[in-house]
Amino acid sequence: MSEIRPFGDEALLIEADDDAAVLALAHALGQPPAGVVDVVPAARTVLVAFDRTRIGPAAVRSWIASAAAGAVAVTDDGEDVVIPVHYDGADLADTAALLGVTVDRLIEDHMSAPWRVALTGFAPGFGYLVSTDWPHRVPRLAVPRTRVPAGADPLADGHAGVYPRATPGGWRLIGSTDLTLFDPDRTPPALLAPGTRVRFERRGPE
Amino acid sequence: MSLRVLAASPGTTIQDLGRPGLRAIGIAPSGAVDQGALRVANRLVGNPETAAALEITLGGLRVRSDVDAWVCLAGAAVPAWIDDRPVDLWRATLLRAGRELTLGIADHGVRVYLAVAGGIAVAPVLGSRATDTMSGLGPDPVVAGVVLPVGPPAPPPPNDVAPWTTPRGPATVRVRRGPRLDRFAPEAWRVLTGSEWTVSAQADRVGVRLDGPQLSRADTTELPSEGMVIGALQVPPSGRPVILLADGPVTGGYPVIAVVAAADRDVLGQLRPGDRLRLRE
Repeated sequence: MSEIRPFGDEALLIEADDDAAVLALAHALGQPPAGVVDVVPAARTVLVAFDRTRIGPAAVRSWIASAAAGAVAVTDDGEDVVIPVHYDGADLADTAALLGVTVDRLIEDHMSAPWRVALTGFAPGFGYLVSTDWPHRVPRLAVPRTRVPAGADPLADGHAGVYPRATPGGWRLIGSTDLTLFDPDRTPPALLAPGTRVRFERRGPE
Repeated sequence: MSLRVLAASPGTTIQDLGRPGLRAIGIAPSGAVDQGALRVANRLVGNPETAAALEITLGGLRVRSDVDAWVCLAGAAVPAWIDDRPVDLWRATLLRAGRELTLGIADHGVRVYLAVAGGIAVAPVLGSRATDTMSGLGPDPVVAGVVLPVGPPAPPPPNDVAPWTTPRGPATVRVRRGPRLDRFAPEAWRVLTGSEWTVSAQADRVGVRLDGPQLSRADTTELPSEGMVIGALQVPPSGRPVILLADGPVTGGYPVIAVVAAADRDVLGQLRPGDRLRLRE
């Protein structure tokens, strides 16, 4: 942990050196005291939001300091979320051509990379997936689509993802899944949370 | 018990205190953008502060109740009538069965809350009846023709008026240091807190964009996305800040120079395009 930055009067932003440090820190902050509302891991930071009528910033800071002191690297326990994919995306061939690889190579890279949710955002249940084994950087579409169907599997930059519901979107679509990524009536509602490990598996063509 | 909506302007939604605590799975807090007004309106009709009410943008609403019901309007200064009789804001009023409550257009402020004794009783989603306009979570926006269920009312409290009037004129809110102040030029904080800003036409439940002087950056390298909060002043490369509101993104990559003090947050929900705003340290 390098620094705790002020973020208004109801939040603090903790900086971390890398992905693994974020994960370790978020894990260590897993049992927040009453009044802490959100712990939000992102790429290089963890946001801690609190209700100032229930807990003060000094108490939050000392909780963070003591929890961070006990932070240890998170070992890969628990199971991967496996996402079955039909590689039928509208941009599959174009994206492979753009990257100078065959369609089969692109699919193979997508399936073999061990992905992890770096952060969420954009829509409920949407995870920005990263992988140290993913060799591609995919440019976004020049003109975003006004509607992308739920379950579409896109790439952009060094990220992969899955659209949890129909939204506008500027990422390139390589496949689709029938899996429900987000359901407010389910516990937990989102399959993907920061830190969740993800693998893509081929389904079809049927 | 139910409330029949005869007319509604775009931007009329059901709101309560929102669904805080779910940012880690990508869910914004949502909820009323002027929580103080919602709380007062609820209390004056005997509801808990957590009850759901209508959040109406600028006015233009007509509703009818199927039974006698205590109602209260609070928030933006909007003229209102039951049939031809004027109705005060910040005061509980009995809306008789079959009579029509009509709202004109707000003179100042943007959002007015209509609380009904018993609360709007649509099904909650993840613990809240708030409509998140960005993600679509929660009930559908309120349009003409819908019939809204109302819960069983508690007896109205003995105090039926809040001695308050909707503020007008240039607004001032206090700001606190943001986490990325050090990415801006040394004079940026002085420019931010010393200038008069104007609310642009881009103002909704997601955020309010301000027009005014440019806030220059000292460090223009890309910032990895990080968690966001209500009231954060994000500064995109254009240099014109956007203040995030209840339905704003939960993560973002534009540096946050300042955050509006939590105690002044409700003021943001009443800013309309053209309003002047001062940000004070």
